[in-house]
Amino acid sequence: MTPAPQASATLPIAQRRPAPSSPSLTHLQRLEAESIHIIREVAAELRNPVMLYSVGKDSAVMLHLAIKAFYPSQLPFPLLHIDTTWKFKEMIRFRDETVARLGLNLLVRRNEAGLAEGITPFTHNSSIYTQIMKTEALKSALSSFGFDAAFGGARRDEEKSRAKERVFSLRSDSHGWDPKNQRPELWNLYNGRLKAGESVRVFPLSNWTETDIWQYIMRERIPLVSLYFAAKRPVVERDGQWIMVDDDRLPLRPGEVPEMRSVRFRTLGCYPLTAATESTAATVPEVLQEMLVARTSERSGRLIDHDEAASMEKKKREGYF
Amino acid sequence: MLGFAQTEELEASSNCETVSHYLHAHERKSLLRFLTCGSVDDGKSTLIGRLLYDTQLLMEDQLAALAADSRRHGTTGDDLDFALLVDGLASEREQGITIDVAYRFFATEQRKFIVADTPGHEQYTRNMATGASNADLAIILVDARQGILDQTRRHSFIVSLLGIRHVVLAINKIDLVGYSQAVFDEIETAYRSFAEPLGFVSLQAIPLSARYGDNVLSRSAKLPWYQGPTLIEHLESIEVESDRRAAPFRMPVQWVNRPNLDFRGFAGTIAAGVVRPGDRVAVARSGVTTLVKRIVTQDGDLPEAGAGEAVTLMLEDEIDVSRGDVLAAAAERPEVSDQFAAHVLWMHDDPLIPGRPYLIKLATSAVGASVTHIKHRVDINNFAKLATKTLEKNEVGFVNIMTQAPLAFDPFCRVHDTGAFIIIDRISNHTVGAGMIDFSLRRASNIHWQALDVNMNARAIAKGQKPALLWFTGLSGAGKSTIANLVEKRLHAIGKHTYLLDGDNVRHGLNRDLGFTDADRVENIRRVAEAAKLMVDAGLIVLASFISPFRAERRMARDLFAAGQFIEIFIDTPLEVAEGRDPKGLYQRARNGLIQNFTGIGSPYERPEAPHITITPDLSADEAAELIVSHLDRGCYLGSATG
Repeated sequence: MTPAPQASATLPIAQRRPAPSSPSLTHLQRLEAESIHIIREVAAELRNPVMLYSVGKDSAVMLHLAIKAFYPSQLPFPLLHIDTTWKFKEMIRFRDETVARLGLNLLVRRNEAGLAEGITPFTHNSSIYTQIMKTEALKSALSSFGFDAAFGGARRDEEKSRAKERVFSLRSDSHGWDPKNQRPELWNLYNGRLKAGESVRVFPLSNWTETDIWQYIMRERIPLVSLYFAAKRPVVERDGQWIMVDDDRLPLRPGEVPEMRSVRFRTLGCYPLTAATESTAATVPEVLQEMLVARTSERSGRLIDHDEAASMEKKKREGYF
Repeated sequence: MLGFAQTEELEASSNCETVSHYLHAHERKSLLRFLTCGSVDDGKSTLIGRLLYDTQLLMEDQLAALAADSRRHGTTGDDLDFALLVDGLASEREQGITIDVAYRFFATEQRKFIVADTPGHEQYTRNMATGASNADLAIILVDARQGILDQTRRHSFIVSLLGIRHVVLAINKIDLVGYSQAVFDEIETAYRSFAEPLGFVSLQAIPLSARYGDNVLSRSAKLPWYQGPTLIEHLESIEVESDRRAAPFRMPVQWVNRPNLDFRGFAGTIAAGVVRPGDRVAVARSGVTTLVKRIVTQDGDLPEAGAGEAVTLMLEDEIDVSRGDVLAAAAERPEVSDQFAAHVLWMHDDPLIPGRPYLIKLATSAVGASVTHIKHRVDINNFAKLATKTLEKNEVGFVNIMTQAPLAFDPFCRVHDTGAFIIIDRISNHTVGAGMIDFSLRRASNIHWQALDVNMNARAIAKGQKPALLWFTGLSGAGKSTIANLVEKRLHAIGKHTYLLDGDNVRHGLNRDLGFTDADRVENIRRVAEAAKLMVDAGLIVLASFISPFRAERRMARDLFAAGQFIEIFIDTPLEVAEGRDPKGLYQRARNGLIQNFTGIGSPYERPEAPHITITPDLSADEAAELIVSHLDRGCYLGSATG
C-alpha cells in the first residue's frame, strides 16, 4: 500500500464537521452528502450495479464515498477494472493492494480478441485503440455480467460534453448515449427504471471539480497511487509532451533517449497516451498549491481528447464512459 | 479553483503557511447554486463565459480552443465569443443555441458556485425547470434594448414555481443603450410590479454588460449612477440558507443497513430539520414512534445531524421501517394521504391524460398514481388560468392526484424534498412530469393515527390553515380597518376561519375600563395581543387593527407569538393624506386642541423598522388586500395555493 503523502504538521487539521447547530454545510460537506445519496439510490433501486474502478484519484474518491455510504456494511456491489494491459505498472500494483486492504470484490476484464489481434496504442490511432481496448471491453463486460448500472467517476468540469451529462445517464441496449433524449433530472429524484437490456451509467462526482477532489483527498487522507506525486521518472519528449517509459514496450523514435526528470501525472490512463507534467510537488498540499497556479486544464494531458473536435461527445455516443 | 487575487497572492508568497491558510479557508467555503435564464440573444452564455474568464478559470489550452472556435463559429468578430465556451453539444455550437442544461463551476475567495446554464425557448421550459430544481438563486437576464418580454415573465414564473426565492434581474447590454439610468429604472420598476405575486424574498436589479464585463466582476466607471453591488459581490454575499434546518425533522429512508444481526440502521439524506439521539421520531405512514439511538457515520457517531446530511440512524425499538418510509419528528408529522393537489409541469411529447396510470417517485417511494382531475392550466406567459382536458409538453397545470398507496409528504413550500415528485411513464419509463404538492385532499382512510393531543396544530389542520395574527399598524385614517375588512372578506370567501379585532369591538367591551394615558395604551395593546394569542391557539387567522404607534408595544405583542405567527402590516399613509381623509373628524378636533396626545399631532408615530408587509399610498384598498392575501398564500397560511 502506498499511502498518500500527507500534509506536514503545520497544516491545520481539517475540520470535519461544523460546530453543533451550525446553519450551513461547507461545499465539501454538501458534495459528499450528494454523492452518498446518489450511490445509495443506485444500490436501492437497481438490480445489479457495478462500480468502475480506474485506479485514478476520482475512482479513489468515489470508492471512499461508497464505503462511507454503506458503513458498517460491505459494499453491496463489485468493482470492475478494464485492463487495456497498457496501464502504468504501478497502477496495477496499487489496485491490487487497495482491493486487499479494503477486502473488496474486484473484477478485471480485458479485450482478449483485441489483444490477439495485436492492437496497441502504436499500431492504431488513439481513438481506434480506445474504442476497441476500452469501450468494447467495457461494453462486453457489462453485458456478460448483466450489470444494469455502472458507476463512473466522471465530473462535469472535465470537458464540455460532460457538462451536460446527467447523473443517471441512460444507455441503450447497445450502450449508446443519445444526448437529445436524456431524461429530465430534477431535485435529487433519479429515475433508474429500465427496460430489458437498457442500463444506466451513474456519475456520483458530477458536481465535483478537480480542486474539490484534491481537497477531499487531503481532508479524508485518501491513499493515492504515487504517480500523482512528483518523482524522478524515465521520460521521453514526444510531440511536445513528456511520455513515461514505463516498460520496454514503448517503441522509441529516432533521437528519443529516455531521461530522468521530476514529473507527476494529473490524470492517469494508458501510459503511452498519458502525458506527464514537470513538477516537484510530492505531497497533496504541494499538488494543490501547484494546481492553484496551473494554467492548463487537466484533460490536456489526455492525448485521446485532442484527436478531433467534439471527440468526447462522439466517443460517448458510441458507449465510452 | 482560484480567483485572480488569490493566484497573485500565492505567487507572491509561496511559503507553506500561506498555502495552508488558503486551503483551510477554501475548505470552509459555502456553496451557491444558481441558474441563468434568458433567451438566445440575451447573452446568458456570454455572461457565464465572462464569469469563468474573469475568475481565471479558463486554462491556456481552453483559451486556445476558444480562439479557434470563435473564428469558426463566433458572432463577435475578432473578439472571443464566450458563448462558445458553454454550448457543449456539437449541434448547439452549430446552431448557436443552448438546448440542454449545462453545469459550470467557478469560485471566488468567498464562495464556490455551480451554475446551471439553461435554454430560453418555450420548448425548453422543462430543461429550465430541471436547472431550477437544484438552484438557490436565479439570474434572469433582460436585454436592455428589449425590456421585459413574455419570456421574462415565463422564466420568472418557472423559477417561482420551482421554489426559488432569490432573483437577480440582470439588465444586460446596458452598453447598447448608452449606459442609460432611465432605461434601467424603467425596466426595474416594471419588473418589480409584475413579479410581486411571485413571492421572491430578494430581488436585486443590476445593470451590466456581459460582453465587456461592466458590473460583472468589476464596478463599471460607465455606470456611476448605480450604487448597488456588482453581480459577483451580490452572488458572494446573498444569504440563501433557507430554513431547512428550522423545519420539522424529515428523513426519507433510502436503504436499510443490515450488516449483521446486531446492527440495523436506516440510511438516508435528511430532508429537513435536525435530529439528535434521544429524539422521538415517527414512521410517518404507520404512525409508530420510537427514539433515535445513534447517528452512525464512518467518521464516528454524531451528536446531531441536520438537513442535507447523509447519515445512518439506529432506532431504540425494532419497528417496521423500509425504503420509502419517512422518519419524522413525532410531534410534527408530515401529511399521509393517497390524494393531493399539486402543480405539475409536463415534460413529454405524449400529453398528460387524466385517468392514465403513471408512477410517482416522491423522495424514496415510488407508487402507482393517476391524475383524477386537471383543475386548470396556467398560461406561463401571463399566469392566466385556463380550462383544459390534457397537459401538453412544457405546460403547467394544477391537478388532483390519487395514488395507489398512501404517501407521506409535506407541502412543497414547506419542505422541498418531501413535497416534490417526478412522474414516470409506466411503459416507456421516461420521466414525463415534475410536480410540487400544494396540499392534501383527504387523510387516507386506512391509516390509524395515534390519538393526537388536541393542540394548535390539530385545530389548524382541521381548519386547513396556518393560524397567525395580522397586525395592522398606521395613523388614524390610514385605512387600516378598511383594508383589514377587505382581507377578512377575501379569506372568508375561500373558507378560512378568521376574526377581526379593532378599537370598535375591543374598546366597548374587554377594554371598556381603559382610557388614553400612556399606561392605558400599553395595557390596551397587551390585552388585545393576549386575546389574539388565544384565538391563534384556537386555529384562527386573527386580524388586529390598531394605531399602535410605539415600537415597544408592537414588539411586546410580537414576542407573544412564535416565528411566523405574527405578521406586521404597516399601512404607510402619510399624515397629510390621513388628515385629509379625517373620517371621524378626529384630526380637526386634535388641531383645535380638543384631543390631547393624538397620534401624529400631539404624539409621535414610530414607523415600523422591518414590517413584513408595507402598504404604500399608491395602492388602492383592494390592491392592498390582494397583496396581503397573496403574501399569506405564499407563506402557506391558507393551506393551499390559489395559483
